[in-house]
Formats: sequence, C-alpha cells, structure tokens
Amino acid sequence: MIAFLDIWYAVPLIVAISLVYGATRHEEMRPILHYAWQMAVWLVGFVVILGTVVCVIDWML
Amino acid sequence: MSEKPGVTTGGEQPSRTEVRHVIVRLRRPGVAALWAWLVPGAGHWYQGRRTKAAIYSVCILSVYFFGLALGGGHVVYASFAKGHVRKSYFCQIGVGLPAFPALIQTYRVHNGKPPLLGDIMAPPGKVQDRVKDKLARWHEKYGNKFEIGTLYTMVAGLMNVWAILDAYGGPVGYSEESGSQPSKSENEGENQRSSSDKEKRRRKKRR
Repeated sequence: MIAFLDIWYAVPLIVAISLVYGATRHEEMRPILHYAWQMAVWLVGFVVILGTVVCVIDWML
Repeated sequence: MSEKPGVTTGGEQPSRTEVRHVIVRLRRPGVAALWAWLVPGAGHWYQGRRTKAAIYSVCILSVYFFGLALGGGHVVYASFAKGHVRKSYFCQIGVGLPAFPALIQTYRVHNGKPPLLGDIMAPPGKVQDRVKDKLARWHEKYGNKFEIGTLYTMVAGLMNVWAILDAYGGPVGYSEESGSQPSKSENEGENQRSSSDKEKRRRKKRR
C-alpha cells in the first residue's frame, strides 16, 4: 500500500514535463497550456495502460 | 495582436481557420544557450521571451530542488572514482549552476578537505560491495525517496536540455526561412495554408 502511494510522486513530474514539453513546441501561453494538457492526458493514459498491464501480469502469475 | 520584446505575432488577426504566425527573435543564440544551461530560463529571459523563461525556470528548478530535498541533499553528487562513477550526475549537470556545488564538494573531498554545507552534494567516499558505507546508510535512511529524488533531479537536468535547444534554435517547427512558427491548435486548413504561403514566397524569390 505504501509503495502504491508513491505513484503520487509522478504527478508533479507529469505536470512539469508537460509544461516544458509544450513550451518547446510553442511560443505563447495559450497554445503551450493547450499542448501541455494534451501531453499530460497522453502521459497519464500511458501510465494507466502500463500499470494495468503490470497488474494483470501480476494477477496471472 | 500582442507585442513582446522577444515575440511578435504577425499576419492577420487569427481566427479558427487561420494560422497565427509567431515571429521569434532569437537574440545571440549561443550566448542564450549558455545562459539557459547555467540558470534554467535565463537564456529565454535574455532573449526577451519572458513567458517561457518563467515556465522553464519554475518547472525545472522546482523539480530539481524537490528531488534534492527528497534525498536529503545527497542525491546530487559527482563521483568519478574507480568502482563508483555517479552516472546520473551527467543528467543532473544539465540543470547548470544548481548542480555545480557537487563538483566543488568532490574537489574538496579528493584533496582531503572537509566538505562544505554539512555533506550536502558531497560524494559518499569509498563505495564497496557488502559494506555498510556512507551510500548504503543514505539508502537506508531515505529509502525509495533516494531513488525518486535521483529521478527528479535527472529529469530536471534533461528538461533543461530541451530549454537550451529552444533558446538556441527556437521552438520545434520554427524555421529561420519563414521566421514563423504556427500554433498547433488550428484545423486541417493550417497545413494547406502554410504550404501555399511557402509556395508564394518561393515564387516571389524566383521573380
């Protein structure tokens, strides 16, 4: 359970990476935020899919 | 149409179907890149790109210092000793000046002087297998926060590499030839319009 709570450490990283990545693609605040949001959604989706796969494998073993 | 020191928007008033052209003035890219490496965001500030300077400095420095704090100030250290090369430092040094104290600490320790600031960013000394050395004690004390802190500081350094490239060459997709970079949120007509613009420019050049 304690190890599971460590997942929250991913949140600041996802926010920061999304914003910085968005800033490398655009010059103004609005498109940066728009792109950062898309990037954050993509990252969270990726983490959820990967986590699900790992959980399924764990359950099967 | 907004006017900022480093960023100007050109073309017609943007609508949903039009491309908003952003002209980025990349003032002395080499110097800006150096500043961007030394202090995250400083390169963009130097170029007058204040919004991006704020984004880069806040995001990168907060991730870096949060990671450093998680590991009690020990996750960033430089060690080039035989048997224990701290490879993660090569990523962490990307953040620039905030990672420099580690080099000073290493220099002092190697010259037999006591580290400054109470061991913060100092190398752990001799690291051996199956011996409870300083590094092992840090891992024991901070647990997985030591690894998470290392990851945070590494990510901060790598993010600053993006910022350095941005200070040097502008945002991805920015072309010197057209001096513009389309914002992405527009619809499909964007690519057609930008390609037709390029075609018009080429025709003008030929004339």
